[in-house]
Amino acid sequence: MKPFTYAKANDRADATSQAADDATFIAGGTNLLDLTKLEVMAPDRLVDINRLDLAEISETDEGGLRIGALVSNSDCAAHVRVRQVYPVLSRAILAGASGQLRNKATTGGNLCQRTRCYYFYDTAMPCNKREPGSGCQALQGFNRIHAILGASEACIATYPGDMAVAMTALDAAVEIESAAGEVRLIPVRDFHRLPGDHPEKDNILEAGDLITAVILPPPVTGRQIYRKVRDRASYAFALCSMAAVVEMDGDRIASAALAFGGLAHKPWRDEAVEALLVGEKPSAALFGRAADQLLAEARGYGSNDFKIALTRRVLIAVLTEATQEGAAA
Amino acid sequence: METTELTVNGKRHELEADSRVTLLDALRNHLGLTGTKKGCDHGQCGACTVIVEGRRINSCLTLACMHDGDEITTIEGLGEPGNLSDLQAAFVAHDGFQCGYCTPGQICSATAMIEEAKAGWPSFVSDDLAGPDALSDEEISERMSGNLCRCAAYPNIVNAIRQVAGGKS
Ligand SMILES: Cc1cc2nc3c(=O)[nH]c(=O)nc-3n(C[C@H](O)[C@H](O)[C@H](O)COP(=O)(O)OP(=O)(O)OC[C@H]3O[C@@H](n4cnc5c(N)ncnc54)[C@H](O)[C@@H]3O)c2cc1C
Ligand code: SF4
Ligand code: FES
Ligand code: FES
Repeated sequence: MKPFTYAKANDRADATSQAADDATFIAGGTNLLDLTKLEVMAPDRLVDINRLDLAEISETDEGGLRIGALVSNSDCAAHVRVRQVYPVLSRAILAGASGQLRNKATTGGNLCQRTRCYYFYDTAMPCNKREPGSGCQALQGFNRIHAILGASEACIATYPGDMAVAMTALDAAVEIESAAGEVRLIPVRDFHRLPGDHPEKDNILEAGDLITAVILPPPVTGRQIYRKVRDRASYAFALCSMAAVVEMDGDRIASAALAFGGLAHKPWRDEAVEALLVGEKPSAALFGRAADQLLAEARGYGSNDFKIALTRRVLIAVLTEATQEGAAA
Repeated sequence: METTELTVNGKRHELEADSRVTLLDALRNHLGLTGTKKGCDHGQCGACTVIVEGRRINSCLTLACMHDGDEITTIEGLGEPGNLSDLQAAFVAHDGFQCGYCTPGQICSATAMIEEAKAGWPSFVSDDLAGPDALSDEEISERMSGNLCRCAAYPNIVNAIRQVAGGKS
């Protein structure tokens, strides 16, 4: 580990002004320290934000929830109202990492977690995300865990997290405070970027920006499902995951919000797929067309070709379950 | 150098250490508490699990200086020869280990896990998010998935935990 200075932030303004001046936030530390030990990241200055007053979950005036950036993944998943009306979020969080990690991992840090691409982690290898311009070793290398949607020639990495996939399906928004003290709300679905020519930038945060909360809109009725497929039954990242919030009106689909993890540089949402489902009666043929639409532009890079067929099956299985009569929420 | 006050197993320590020192290295190398083990040093094995402010965490992925004023319990604080904790005794009774390297982490993890379950926390395998009534073997395995055992003593680890948690197999 390269040496760094360490300071505790006293308040938000202190935190953002230090970050605007090149310091790096540390929250749970479970991703940052992992990468700092390997010198994949080499911060000169750490600002510990754990003493900021951002660890509360509260109800919003609109009837949704405001989840503070420092709320641990464990507390969010176990929160009574989250369990009752946003079960897809509880389930997505519980599908990730381990009990120990979820106790430390924070809402803000989880959103910002970096890819698990093997070459990103290996400083002996070229990687455009770690070292812009050096090349992408995954294109020709092992790419079992890599993207099939929205990738670029510069980078085919995935965003590895689970929580943000559920938040994307729930139309949640990230609350961000800048060093100038301005607060803005960005939909979670627009928070992460596609790699394009700048894979070194994972998300839309600018220097100094502090995530202060995630806002969940008022709950919708209907069925919520989180399905995760991985190489072992627990404590592993998703090869493909899917969050679904589906409402029925009689025997027809009234609305469908679908988000996918493990497929792209961001949680993937495709409105054309949702539009195709709304107003229709569930059927194998309909779900097949939805999968065709979702995967029309999908591309494998060798070891991850299987993800295309896998995603089709996950989509069909989840939609079948979500539209079945009488199944539990 | 950072000065950090840690209360470990009820005893106060003032630690003077580089900001890079993890809680794990502080416990082992600075305070001489070598019961907590280093496996992967990257959050992937659970050998370093300790209980901080009542919650189990991986001590390898947190800095000692982030824990100024915190109360920490390690395997040494749970019990000692002649005065074992219920889980320590159950691991012995059920042969819940072979080499023993993962065991301190398993026992710290299970100690806090049982409290999480008592507080009604659900897990990924809970049918109902209201939380399970009793810890089935499937629940125990899922909740303990952050602790790997290279000797694969898993069946006996689950037996030991079930005995203390009062679950059904
Ligand atoms: C072995 C292992 C398995 C895992 N498995 C999974 C899994 O299956 N699914 C999953 O989703 N995750 C998984 N994780 C990742 C884990 O969820 C993340 O490490 C964790 O959520 C990061 O949160 P943190 O608070 O520890 O972040 P930190 O490590 O503290 O920070 C991460 C990044 O976010 C920035 N940051 C933190 N807070 C803020 C803020 N408020 N505003 C702006 N920037 C901020 C930091 O500067 C840093 O760059 C796993 C991790 C490990 C080690
Ligand atoms: S896929 Fe992205 S993160 Fe992985 S080696 Fe290529 S550029 Fe780096
Ligand atoms: S040593 Fe901490 S998890 Fe392996
Ligand atoms: S007893 Fe040997 S690693 Fe678990």
